[in-house]
Amino acid sequence: MSITKELDRLGIEGYLDAYSKKELLRFLTCGSVDDGKSTLIGRLLHDSNMVYEDQLAAAKRDSARFGTTGEEIDFALLVDGLEAERQQGITIDVAYRYFTTPKRKFIIADTPGHEQYTRNMATGASNCDLAVILIDARKGVLDQTRRHSFIVALLGIKHVVVAVNKMDLVEWSQPVYEKIRADYVDFAAKLALGDAHFIPMAARFGDNVVFRSEHTPWYQGPPLLDYLETVHIASDRNLIDFRMPVQNVLRPNLDFRGFAGTIASGTLSVGDEIVSLPSGRQSRVRSIITCGREIPEAFAPMAVTVTLADEIDASRGDVFAPVNNTPRLETRIEAMVVWMANEALESGKSYLLKHTTNTTSATVTGVRYKTNVNTLHQEKSGKLALNEIGRVEIETMRPLAVDPYRSNRQMGAFILVDRMTNATVGAGMIVDRTPAEKALSRRRSSADAGKDVRKAVRSAVSDAQRKSRLGQEPFTLWFTGLPRSGKTSIAFALEQALFDRSRFAHVLDGERLRSGLSSDLGFSAADRWEHQRRAAEVAHLQNDLGLITIVALISPIEADRAQAQRIVGSERFLEVHCDAPIEVCEARDVHDLYGRARRGEISGLTGVDAPYEPPRSPFLRLDTAKASVSQNVARLIAALEQRGLL
Amino acid sequence: MSTYQLSHLEQLEHESIHIIREVAAEFRNPVMLFSIGKDSTVMLRLAQKAFAPAPIPFPLLHVNTTWKFREMITFRDAMVKDLGARFIEWINPQGKAANINPFDHGTQRYTHVMKTEALKQALEAGGYDAAFGGARRDEEKSRAKERVFSFRDKNHAWDPKNQRPELWNLFNTRIGKNESIRVFPLSNWTELDVWLYLWREQVPVVPLYFAKRRPIVTRNGALIMVDDERLPLEKGEVPEMRMVRFRTLGCYPLTGAVDSTATTMTAIIEEMLRTRSSERQGRVIDYDEAGSMEEKKREGYF
Repeated sequence: MSITKELDRLGIEGYLDAYSKKELLRFLTCGSVDDGKSTLIGRLLHDSNMVYEDQLAAAKRDSARFGTTGEEIDFALLVDGLEAERQQGITIDVAYRYFTTPKRKFIIADTPGHEQYTRNMATGASNCDLAVILIDARKGVLDQTRRHSFIVALLGIKHVVVAVNKMDLVEWSQPVYEKIRADYVDFAAKLALGDAHFIPMAARFGDNVVFRSEHTPWYQGPPLLDYLETVHIASDRNLIDFRMPVQNVLRPNLDFRGFAGTIASGTLSVGDEIVSLPSGRQSRVRSIITCGREIPEAFAPMAVTVTLADEIDASRGDVFAPVNNTPRLETRIEAMVVWMANEALESGKSYLLKHTTNTTSATVTGVRYKTNVNTLHQEKSGKLALNEIGRVEIETMRPLAVDPYRSNRQMGAFILVDRMTNATVGAGMIVDRTPAEKALSRRRSSADAGKDVRKAVRSAVSDAQRKSRLGQEPFTLWFTGLPRSGKTSIAFALEQALFDRSRFAHVLDGERLRSGLSSDLGFSAADRWEHQRRAAEVAHLQNDLGLITIVALISPIEADRAQAQRIVGSERFLEVHCDAPIEVCEARDVHDLYGRARRGEISGLTGVDAPYEPPRSPFLRLDTAKASVSQNVARLIAALEQRGLL
Repeated sequence: MSTYQLSHLEQLEHESIHIIREVAAEFRNPVMLFSIGKDSTVMLRLAQKAFAPAPIPFPLLHVNTTWKFREMITFRDAMVKDLGARFIEWINPQGKAANINPFDHGTQRYTHVMKTEALKQALEAGGYDAAFGGARRDEEKSRAKERVFSFRDKNHAWDPKNQRPELWNLFNTRIGKNESIRVFPLSNWTELDVWLYLWREQVPVVPLYFAKRRPIVTRNGALIMVDDERLPLEKGEVPEMRMVRFRTLGCYPLTGAVDSTATTMTAIIEEMLRTRSSERQGRVIDYDEAGSMEEKKREGYF
């Protein structure tokens, strides 16, 4: 009776105080029909003392009638709700369960395992922080396991527990467990799955569910409940990019005009400058009200009411965002779609699309491929049938303010509704328009899975061989600085100087990239981030090839440059700050970029209405106001020689 | 960054407000069912918060079976008086005329006429396209699969095998002619969450939740309160004054009390935490058959 103990220890007021501060963790359980999922949940509820006496009595009574466990209580009967499924012995819909431990409060989305109910699993997964994927130790990784893992990854769940269940039926064999683990890791490497944690288990007897099992001395990790209580989820949210879709406009009287909505991501403070999309009108936050009281700052996922300093015209479906960090406004989007209706999704068909608080008419303009969820292969297809998943191109009647689902769950998700039946027929996740294959391949490695990381097939030509053939050390010089600070001029002059020294070097500048590789990107924060990511990836490839690469990009945000450094590899990455006062840059500006920004004709220009974060410890800081291009090139050559790179 | 963190209760609060606002924005003519119990009381408080400083933009509806506890009606009238929202009471006129009651007609028939039928009548009379209810998923097994936005056909029926998938916080609010949606903003709250919220927010609740000496008769093991002279006493039955309280509130002849000495909200919560019997046990109507709630929902009960 852990609750009784807690009450005795804390007293009722102390208990309530502690309870009210608990964190919430939502998790999903998925497994095939007989993996013992309901049994596991029944166990969690029972062993954490969440089952009341009368419920237990009813389960005992029902065990005799429907149960599969003979004399013992069938824990599955504590959770299987509807009569039809009790008789069939299967779970036919998403069910939600609730339990609390001294550390956290939990909501379980219990989803069915069999094939025709993929839609329910996507439903359950959409709001979860973590997924528990059950595998029957006797059967190992099945098609179902692959399907479930794929959906979990697709819906952006960042934490996965792989519960290898029914270990009692394989004599608690460590080799069996290790084999399943290796098989799973091998498969999951192809997915954008978060951190995966493995636990050997026998849910029916409670082994490694709430209490550590005596049968698995070879397992060093925590039992499931311990893991659920301690896994860190607070930083899973996007607190960077403020977005608030307007839900209602409240006008109780002429003096008050409040915009009500739930903050989708980021934080908002009184005094912040915001822009309303799609109108582009700007204002300042005058007050923030939540739950009837005024607060100075709010954050996702709070439901707030915002008043603005100016009378701007905004209504339901509009999105508030910071002036210098806006979502993309799009009428053409690409998304991964889970199809949930009998009638297939096809190119040319029209649906209603609900994205944030905005509902608009949408037409499918193409199906790029469907994903075979068992093999993860992309297959050519003009349509998506029930329970199929694929990448779809959609054109909307009104523009949507979108962020990629990968970086912003709320701003990247939508549902499709059939106009005739009003049924919810599809769930979509907007993709960054990078090749999906690439995004999927960058998988975070897991502490537990670490030793099983797949061996990459490597090129037979070594880096040393390339170096000796080309006679040079490959590296990336990353030039950052304000617009017109001289990055590109110095980059090309350096390229020439290196060429004259028989070195193979190559410049990647913003203009060249944007005319080709990044021609699909605009200037929103998300697009700039992506643009920069691509530049870093290209630099990485060129370095692999043995080439010296000079990247010249404004790259104003420190964290983004740190990412570029990670992509290129820190031993090859040299940051160069092209430093000149903004007045000097502005004076050089023959294209009147600064002038247009100052007149408000363009927005988001670094140095004018978007921030520039200078590097704190660059490889080299070049004074581009006082020194000439050739002087700076000479300094660079000298510094590179000193480093032993030339 | 750890300051940017909501507790579970705050998270539930904000999610519920989102749901309530979504209904106000997308439906033509929503209504909030107010059953006077603790869950309804929380729901009402959330509705106030959702629109403050504006008033609640939809009416409240109470379906009265005429057998509610007197204290519930007193509390209700005081509660809605200074709310600023419209309040509607509905009693099934045919049922009233025929004097349908749980004693002469049995609990099933009585519940069907005075609750299920009355609710349908009230919703049709008002032409409501959405109705909020205070049900929670942790109450009962068949509720665990209920959606937040629960679609009902033109006969108000619920089809458990044909529910709309509900993803993220994107609720499909589209309905056809004469169809409607039942909305449950407290879906993810537990009984403890509800009490905690009432305690934290200092919201008044019906005094029946607190222990007091009340006139009680014992029937089939249930403690039934003799709330007025309409309760027919069986041979040899003498009401005795007993210190009791109610864990759930409904029609007094069908709602069992529990022995208790809890006279404050914290005492109630402590008692609840220390007891091991689930909440709806006191309600006689769920007892007919294990799947009985599911049956009633298919017919249109909340």
